[in-house]
Amino acid sequence: MELIDVINIGLFAAALRMATPIAFGSLGGIFSERVGIINIGLEGMMLTGAFGGVAISYFTGSPWLGVLGAVLVGALLGLIHALLTVRFIGNQIVSGVSINIFAMGFTAYMSQVFWGSRGASESVLGIGEVSIPLLKDAPVLGEVVGTHTPFVYLMLILTMLSHIILFNTTFGLRLRAVGEYPAAADTAGIDVTRTKYLCVILSGMLAGLGGAFLSLGHLNLFAWGMTGGRGFIAMAAMIFGKWMPFGAFWASLLFGFSDALQMRLQALGLLPPQIILTIPYVLTVAVLAGAVGRAIPPSDYKPYVKE
Amino acid sequence: MANKTEGSSPKAVQLFLRKGSQGILPGLIAVFVAFLVGAILLLVTGYSPLDVYSAMIQGAFGDIFGIGQTLTQATPIIFTGLSFLFASKCGLFNVGAEGQLIVGGFTTALVGISFHGLPIFVHVPLALLAGAVGGGLWGLIPAVLKARLGAHEVITTMMLSYVASYMTSYMVNYPFKAPGWVAQTIMVESSAQLPSILHPTQLSASAFVALVLVFLTHFVLEKTTIGYEIRAVGLNPTAAESGGISIRKSMVLALVISGAIAGIGGAGEVLGVHRRFIDGFSPGYGWDGIAVALVGRLNPVGVVFAAILFGALRSGGMVMTRVTGVPLDIVIMLQAFVILFIAAPMLIRYLMRKRVA
Repeated sequence: MELIDVINIGLFAAALRMATPIAFGSLGGIFSERVGIINIGLEGMMLTGAFGGVAISYFTGSPWLGVLGAVLVGALLGLIHALLTVRFIGNQIVSGVSINIFAMGFTAYMSQVFWGSRGASESVLGIGEVSIPLLKDAPVLGEVVGTHTPFVYLMLILTMLSHIILFNTTFGLRLRAVGEYPAAADTAGIDVTRTKYLCVILSGMLAGLGGAFLSLGHLNLFAWGMTGGRGFIAMAAMIFGKWMPFGAFWASLLFGFSDALQMRLQALGLLPPQIILTIPYVLTVAVLAGAVGRAIPPSDYKPYVKE
Repeated sequence: MANKTEGSSPKAVQLFLRKGSQGILPGLIAVFVAFLVGAILLLVTGYSPLDVYSAMIQGAFGDIFGIGQTLTQATPIIFTGLSFLFASKCGLFNVGAEGQLIVGGFTTALVGISFHGLPIFVHVPLALLAGAVGGGLWGLIPAVLKARLGAHEVITTMMLSYVASYMTSYMVNYPFKAPGWVAQTIMVESSAQLPSILHPTQLSASAFVALVLVFLTHFVLEKTTIGYEIRAVGLNPTAAESGGISIRKSMVLALVISGAIAGIGGAGEVLGVHRRFIDGFSPGYGWDGIAVALVGRLNPVGVVFAAILFGALRSGGMVMTRVTGVPLDIVIMLQAFVILFIAAPMLIRYLMRKRVA
């Protein structure tokens, strides 16, 4: 393998592919944090989504129903997180940690129950790749974005949609108000609790989609711990992107690129993978420290209790 | 900037931490409800909860070997639990004990393999100290970022845990790799090893070190000026500052000591159990520490009992899997349920009221 085999157009296509689950997760993180709920459980929601997608595809034979299932599973975990943190004013971090640990145990346990192995499921029907008619023939661009699993395009659409919802709709305005200044939002007649529930559930759904990409759009099976920390990297991307959908998208792309590069360099034996794997985490700490532009959270994450 | 520092240690966290220290009942109920939910899950998936739980208890406490293994598993969690507890007294949420434990384990291994011919009473303390320094250093980074720049410690400590895990993985895969296939260092010198105290289990003198730290944690927090200042900042930063206490200094100290405690835990694993640094030697002791500190209602002695419970889950779980064939993951879920119910004390109160009504 030569260097030309590492850095070529294929690398950029791979970067976009690897960025997809991270971008889904970071969008989920944005909706949750924008209403003042930290969602450390993204990792677990993605993992459970990946599992749910495969399980439903396995039992129904329909990968699309699987995707729907992944979204519903994510929504359910989002609902639990919302119940614990909004209804019962529980600690957001501890609740998220418990969701992550639960996801690890639950997916491995059910994998054993369904397929007799906690390591991996049987192969299932996945979502194949599609080509965008005109785009795929375009030079360079066509090779990078022309042919992908539909998840990639869905992620691009949802990124744009999220930006529009957040900054160009009344709902978005209300949502941000709930995170920034819940008391004022409440006075203005916004249902703070309902908005929080809605957004945290949405957060879970988006994380579930990210998981479904990994299992149904990538490997066509469920493997133990297959998210491999992508939920945490999604949080990093969210912070790096300053809680903005496009910012998070570019950050995801950067992390996806380093992921793709890491795999290729590893195959080449040039650079130890561990060094590249630390990049997202080191960058996030640097951003929080204000080294790469100041990151100011959109909320103080305090629970809102009506006076 | 000073305002920023205060602002990013949310009142909610402090409120939660204070509430968490009220009464032992919520913790017990959380454990009970967790086992109840686990039982339902076992029933639904076709297993007998009675068989599973009795195998677990039998495995964890049934004989000397089981008890030894339970205590072996409990030991590192005592350290990480104390680590979380210590930072929490200053109103800080250190979720990075995992990374501090790993770094401490690695620096310990370095001292353990680099010095030759030292007497045991010099080499062991030196190696333990190296663990404290390594872990403390890994707590210092988020501490300074928090005190100087207001970077939220939850995210930085968590992210630094991953950095620690990858960095040490690199170290034992490349520069410090022992000959062979496994990513690990060579054995530490015998003069640096903590003796086993209950053959044939893996229980080592690290358990005694843990108990010493339980006492020390209590002593420092309750009987020294540093401890008083740390608690004052945790209870009410504004009042503490008006009283002449430096918020920044207390925060930095609390996180560094918190990291050092976790680091000594890593040292104990390296010197007493594995006798070398193995890549990925911690199966999440840092995360367990959060749960254990909360179940133990942020009391050092409470941490010991909670750690034994979690240690029993791990060691009893292994026996249970062998006997019943139920995947070990049920234990992981039980831990998650305990943490889940601990996360929301109001949920437990709600459930209690329901039962009374």
